[in-house]
Amino acid sequence: MLMAFTLYSLIQTAILCTNAIAVLHEERFLSKIGCGVDQAVGGFGDDPGVKAQILNLIRSVRTVMRVPLIIVNSVSIVLLLLFG
Amino acid sequence: MDLPHHGYRASKSRGRSAPPNTDSVLFDDTSSAAPAMNSQGYYTPGYNMEAPASDMQGGAAVNNLFTDPMANAAVMYGSSLANQGKDMVNKEISRYMSMNKLKYFFAVDTRYVMKKLLILMFPYTHQDWEVRYHRDTPLPPRQDVNAPDLYIPTMAFITYILLAGMAPGIQKRVVPPFSPEVLGLCASTALVWVIIEVLVMLLSLYLLTVHSDLSTFDLIAYSGYKYVGMIFTVLCGLLFGSDGYFVALAWSSCALMFFIVRSLKMKILPSLSSDSMGTGSSAKPQFRLYITVATAVFQPIIIYWLTSHLVR
Repeated sequence: MLMAFTLYSLIQTAILCTNAIAVLHEERFLSKIGCGVDQAVGGFGDDPGVKAQILNLIRSVRTVMRVPLIIVNSVSIVLLLLFG
Repeated sequence: MDLPHHGYRASKSRGRSAPPNTDSVLFDDTSSAAPAMNSQGYYTPGYNMEAPASDMQGGAAVNNLFTDPMANAAVMYGSSLANQGKDMVNKEISRYMSMNKLKYFFAVDTRYVMKKLLILMFPYTHQDWEVRYHRDTPLPPRQDVNAPDLYIPTMAFITYILLAGMAPGIQKRVVPPFSPEVLGLCASTALVWVIIEVLVMLLSLYLLTVHSDLSTFDLIAYSGYKYVGMIFTVLCGLLFGSDGYFVALAWSSCALMFFIVRSLKMKILPSLSSDSMGTGSSAKPQFRLYITVATAVFQPIIIYWLTSHLVR
């Protein structure tokens, strides 16, 4: 069948996407495109808006997943070296 | 052709053998009862466990099982092992998801399943789409036909996997021949699509700050209802050939889109429902409409994608 997903490909996709989010550097990149931490977060009313939500999501992913990502990446590097 | 129906009926009869407890408003927590009642929760596998053990005694009936002390001791030992394993697994799982919330979704009975399947296939005459509440908690599916459940999606998912394994075997055309890997591949593909859809829904609901009371399990339930349409489509495709497949695809797509829009409209768009108690959203209401419509449009695409290779 055409796009036969396996659970392994799902795990791979999840790791790659989380890595991609975690890699977005704060001052080199996000500030340049107007997504820095000092911009746009103010709203405590009930209107955070889409952009503020995305920024919150990115920052929380970075904070929460930093250590687990280190572990998972190391494990996958070792496994890929051993088993190809 | 009763082979495809057999798998479906076998999976549905498991629902009939569940013990009907209708005293409390919510459901009874059978796992906290005495171990004698506990075996009622394992109705089907318990019966299967005792039957071969009694057959080893020389074909006696199940009633004569406990006259032989050796078999008795073996059954007790096995059940104590099973209880230990069950406790350990429960402890681990309840750290990640609350079992009570999950039990709510499986509190179904036969009447609910019948009515829900009818609504899924023909939702145009159903009048009242509100989920009824009882003192702030939503009613379990046994009392409210609009409540989402996880029994139908789970059974439909498993039946779809069985059908997808059987379809290459039934058709003697130039479809890839059946091999046992096909089952596992189909299962994981369908599971991945469910996960993707639930994640996209969760992400869009979070980003547009829609404070609805749709939990993750609700979303899993709603995205699992399309498997009923898929089974119907594949069956018609197997029975009536390619034309029947497309007719059934159109029918179940329209029914499923209607069902999803009407059900999600109650939960996501509070301004259009009669009960808007602070489940407001800051984003413009059209975003919520977009989410609902996008979810609905996604269903036929997925149905076609996951079943077209079966009924080439």
